[in-house]
Order: sequence, then structure tokens, then C-alpha cells
Amino acid sequence: MTETAVRTSLSRRLVRLAEAATTPLLPADYLDLVAPLRPGADLRARVVSVRPETRDAATLVLKPGADWAGHVPGQYLRIGVDVDGVRQWRAYSLTHGPRRDGHISITVKAVPGGTVSPYLVHETKPGTLVHLEPAAGDFVLPTEARKLLFVTAGSGITPVIGMLRNLFPVTEEGVARPSGKPAHDIVVLHVAPSEPDSIFLADLRALEAAGAIRLVARYDDQHGVLDLADLAGLVPDLAERTTYACGPGGLLDALTEHHESAGLPLFTEQFRPTMIEPGEGGTLHFADGRSVEADGATPLLEVAESAGVLMPSGCRMGVCFGCVLPLKEGAVRDLRNGAITTVDPTTSAAGGVPIQTCINAAAGDCHLAH
Amino acid sequence: MTVLQKKSESPIAHLSPEDVELIGIELDAIRQEVLDSRGARDARYIRKVITTQRYLELGSRAVLLASVFPPAWILGTAGLSVAKILENMEIGHNIMHGQWDWMRDPKIHSTTWEWDNASPSEQWKHSHNELHHTYTNVVGKDNDLGYGIMRVDEDQRWHPMYLGQPLWNFVNACFFEYGIAAYDLELGRNLRIPKEKRSEDFKARAKATLKKIRRQMTKDYVVHPALSIPTGSFLPTLAANFTANLVRNLWTHSVIMCGHFPEGVETFEKKSIEGETRGEWYLRQMLGSANISGGAATHMMTGNLSFQIEHHLFPDLPSNRYAEIAPKVRALFDKYDLNYHAAPLPKQVASAWHKIVRLSLPNGWLDDTNAKNAPKQLAKLYKMTTGGPKVRRLIEAADRRARNDARINAA
Repeated sequence: MTETAVRTSLSRRLVRLAEAATTPLLPADYLDLVAPLRPGADLRARVVSVRPETRDAATLVLKPGADWAGHVPGQYLRIGVDVDGVRQWRAYSLTHGPRRDGHISITVKAVPGGTVSPYLVHETKPGTLVHLEPAAGDFVLPTEARKLLFVTAGSGITPVIGMLRNLFPVTEEGVARPSGKPAHDIVVLHVAPSEPDSIFLADLRALEAAGAIRLVARYDDQHGVLDLADLAGLVPDLAERTTYACGPGGLLDALTEHHESAGLPLFTEQFRPTMIEPGEGGTLHFADGRSVEADGATPLLEVAESAGVLMPSGCRMGVCFGCVLPLKEGAVRDLRNGAITTVDPTTSAAGGVPIQTCINAAAGDCHLAH
Repeated sequence: MTVLQKKSESPIAHLSPEDVELIGIELDAIRQEVLDSRGARDARYIRKVITTQRYLELGSRAVLLASVFPPAWILGTAGLSVAKILENMEIGHNIMHGQWDWMRDPKIHSTTWEWDNASPSEQWKHSHNELHHTYTNVVGKDNDLGYGIMRVDEDQRWHPMYLGQPLWNFVNACFFEYGIAAYDLELGRNLRIPKEKRSEDFKARAKATLKKIRRQMTKDYVVHPALSIPTGSFLPTLAANFTANLVRNLWTHSVIMCGHFPEGVETFEKKSIEGETRGEWYLRQMLGSANISGGAATHMMTGNLSFQIEHHLFPDLPSNRYAEIAPKVRALFDKYDLNYHAAPLPKQVASAWHKIVRLSLPNGWLDDTNAKNAPKQLAKLYKMTTGGPKVRRLIEAADRRARNDARINAA
């Protein structure tokens, strides 16, 4: 045997010994107590700092676990945080390019009445552990296109800031510009309700002052709501540019229509989850593709069984938790007290949210992982 | 004692069906209050208990690496016993009930938790959560009543084999985790079936249980003793682990016996739960459970099963909330003139054991026996034990007549 082979077989034996010593738990359960960010651990991060950007937005700098595989500017990550004791998942853009200290950052705007964003902006303390999924998303800088237009609205600025910071690091002394001929010709059209609410405004202004970008800021209260018919006026060389847009659905829809009719290239990114509005009943979908109509008063367990689907079951009264299955997407109503559980793939854990099928009825279309 | 439905004076005779449903509505409201306020405080609680338990187990096992030194042995064994009790009671039992599912933390979830016990969690959840908690104290349905091997009710016909009941109960207490595993497998019933006719399901479950037991045994009786070899502590560590398991088994058995077995806790007949309403289900849980009164340490070490009544009413509420709602539940008992059964641990354990001894003997034997008639009573017991079914029935009939006569004379 070679030396490496000996070493791997030895380390495998050590792992097996550690497992035998800690069963029914895993060695990881004990290691997590002291080193939650170690290699091999579930992907997590520790909050390093929370820097307010505006009254209702903040940048969270995170130290990711050792297995963080890095990201490309413009990508987003899904972050799992415990709010009121409940693990919630949300997607946020990464607002820095790769940093030398290995930290990553997200910028969050507190949505009034929201669950997660106000918590992240106002209540998160440095030191908090959060859960992560690897960076994802195709909203990244192109390798060929040189003339770009970024259209950003509200917190839609965040992935764009990630790209710009990667191109032009903003330091204490100002914007660091790579020497030589600038690689990109960039216009940023930033739209916001009013000026002080515009997050990252200082960064954008610094970038403009340094000549890195041309900034076109449009504030609803000063300039009126943006009309896309004016776009060509604001950006005269629009036809030569590739447009990247990030913001609320309404703006993106309008921009898509505008660019399609003009035959211009456009890339968009939208985070806002498609809101699931709980109603009465819906279609119950199973993992194998089967589906059945479910009314709003019959437990999912009974609906599935009467359609001939074999289901795990138990007491049928909500006591034993023998019928729990993950709801991948949809809304259900607890028939005992009317409590609603909604599951949106972008805002819940990757595997869905486990629910008791014997006391929950459909409150919309439901996708069960079963 | 006898099933509630056959009692001459039913403790619920004064309740109208409307009362029973009102009780249900009031209990639902108590449950909802907890659901509405469930949050970060509760999550912090369970995480703290889990973290503490893990450090305690880790620390105790580390100390036991040098268990050849008596102080280390004592300290390590005590710590490990407490760690194992916490793991089974406040952590494992309650997580597997789904009490913490609402946190959506996949690591603290009824569908993923595996506990430090011979019985695999999947099987325990079925027999405990589903059967015991649904059919609580229904004779013939809830096997927790005597685990299928004991006489738990006067109406069960006495047989000489029940004389051994106190001994079995003690043996079961010592090896309780294996008793639970056998019981979750319905081992007695399945072993009576010829080998080739046993169900595939049973065979698969038996295999899973044996695998779990092998891993548990390897950990406590091979790996950790072997790790102690450098200090010459192989045997002391093995003995320490055995002791910790024994202590955990005796403790959990005692606590669980206190939940439904003390004198005065009601049992129910099978027919009585047909078409049972939510209110009636609640009422059965109220009458079929008993609490252990005590301080914070008692509650923690019993996994808050000291609030057995509250736990049976709301098996999926976080255990740390039982203490908070207990006064409200108790007030409800008072309001409807029901017996809220609570007593300190030694008293409940003694009461449960008294019942086991009493029922191991023919009906009325223990009550009728005193110093003066002891020889006569022993002779009668000997006759009943050795005389066969006919003799037994004759003596039982004579006893019944004598008791009836005494009652009439007294009146």
C-alpha cells in the first residue's frame, strides 16, 4: 500500500471508531459545539458585523464555514436564520466580489411587516450563527459584453453592487481603479422612491466621482415614477448596451416588454417570492407526478388515501406525528385551530417543511415530497 | 380498581355531555395560548438543554477514561447517569413527540432524532406516540398498561403466575430499555407465531432493533472501555457504563410507572372510546394520568413527565411550558370537580408498587390480611396457587359472597 492509501484507511478507521463512540449521535454533533465552521460541517456562517446602510437597510458581513466554495459577483445565496425560534430561509445577493479576508456580505432591506428582513437588519448581533446554501444564480457579469446598463430598483441594487465592488473595490481612500484602459463602460440607472432610502447611494456616488460608472438616479418623489419611454433619453447609447436589471416584478415585466419590442439584450433577476395566498382547497401533487383535488375541509392524509396513495399514518388526530411529510410548496390549514402554514421553495429549507397530514387540509395547491 | 365504566360511583357521573365539551374548549384555549407565544425563548431552552447534556456526557466519559481511580469512577458514573437520563427524558422523548418540530431545525426534529436507547426511535414512536397516547389507559388497547405481561386491573382474572409480578416488574425496571424494545416489537406476540409465518415487517423491525442494540452495546461495553485501557480502566469503565444504564433504566421505569399506575388513576374499557369526541378524549387523558410534584430538578430529570397530565393533554407542546400551564389545568380540574392526581415521587412510586403487589395477589387478599389471620390467609393463597382453576374459582366466589355480606351488614 502507498503512504496515502495507508493514511486514508487509517483515517477512515478513526472516523468509524469516533462514530462507534458517539452513536446514536455523530461525531459532528459534538464537533458542532466547538467548531461549527470547520471543514466537513454543514454550511454555516458567523455574523461578523452588521453595518447600517440606511434607516431600514444593513449590510451583514459573514465569515462562512471552511467549505464555502466561493461565488461570482452577482450571484445570490440562501441563508437560514432562526426568527422567533423558527428556521426561515431567504435568498439575498452577495454584495462583494471575493474578498481577501474570505468574508462574504449580503445587504438586506427591511420589508415592512416582513418576518426575516427586519430581524436581519435590526436585531441580528455579531456572533450569531446562520445557515447557508452555496452561492447560486446566473445573474453574473458577462465575459464578452463591455458596454453595460444596470437598471436597479430599491434593493435590486444589491447584486449589481456585488459586481461593481468586484470591478472597482471601494476602499477608505476612495475607489480603487485598475490601471490601464477601463475594461467596462457602465451606466447605472438607479430607481428608488426617494433619495435617503436609496441604499448604497454613497458607493454609487463614489464610483461615479472616480469615473468608474455613469450614475443616473431617478427618485419617484423628485422625478416622478420612471416611464420606460424616457429610457432612450436617459441613456442615449442604449442600443449598444447589454442591460442587467434587478428589482420588483412590475419593473422587470415592463423592461422585458420594452427590450423585446426594441430587440435589445436583457438579463433580469428577481428575488421577491411569488406570494402564496392561502385559500380553500387546491390540487394535491405527489412526487411521482400524480395529483388529486383536495377540498379545504378534508385532511391531506384522507384525500391522498381516497385517491389510492399509500401514506404513513398514525393516530389521525394530530397527536402522534406518525404522518409527518415534507410540504415542498403550497399552503395548508390546521383544521384544529385554523393556523396556516405556507411553503415557498425560495423561503423554506431545501427539503420543504414537514407537516402533519392528518390534521392539515389544503389551503391552496400543495406539493408533497412523497 | 376497575375500569371507570364499571365503577359503582363514577368520578364523572356529575358531568353532562355539554360539560365535557366545554372542558375540551377550555383546554383547546390553553393549548392555543402556548402556540401563540411559542418562540425564541423556547428554542433557546431546548438548545441549552441539548448542549448541556452533550458537554455533560462528553465530560463524564472523559473522566471515566481514568475510572480506575475511585473518585473518577464515582464522578463519571454519576455524570453519565444524569446525561443518559436527560437524553432519554427531556430531550429524546420530547423531541420524538414533535414538541420541537415547529422550529424547523432538521437536527431537532421528530423525523430525524435517534435516542440513546435499545429501541429504534421509529418503533418507539409508533408504540408510544400512536398507541399509548391515543388509547391511553384503555384496557386491551394501551399496552403500556402492564406492558402485556402484568395484571393491572381487578377485572383481569387472577392466575398464580401473577405472584411473580413484583419480581418481573423489578427485572423489567433494571433492563427497561430492552423491555421497551421488546414491547415495541410486540416480541411476545410475534415469538408465539411459528418462525416461517412471522411477518416481513416484524423481521425487518427485529433486525433494526438488533442492529441498534449492537451499536449501543459496542459503544458502552467495548469502545469506551477500550479507550480506557491506557490507564488500566477497561473493567471500571465497563462497570461504570453498565451502572449508568442501570440507573437510567430504574429511573425512567419509576417515572413512567408514576404516570399511569398509581392507585386512583382511572382505566377505561374498549367500548367506551367508540366515537369518542375531542372533549371525551381530553377527559380520558385527565383521569388516566398522574403528576409528580416537586422542584425544578425533579421536572428536568423526569423530562417534565412529572406533568404527565399536561403532557397527555398536549403531547406536542414544548415540555418547558407544562409547568406554566399546570395551574390553569389544575383550576379546570377544580372547576369541574375532578381529581387532579399529584404527589411527590416517593409517594407515587410506592403507590404504584403497592398496586403491583396487590394485583399480583388474588382480589382482596392484601386488604384482608392482617397479623392475626395471616396463617389462614397464607393457607388460602397456597390452596389457590396449587389447587387448579376449579379450586381458585370456588374460593374467589366464597370471598365475593363474604364481601357482599359484610357490605350489607355494614349498611
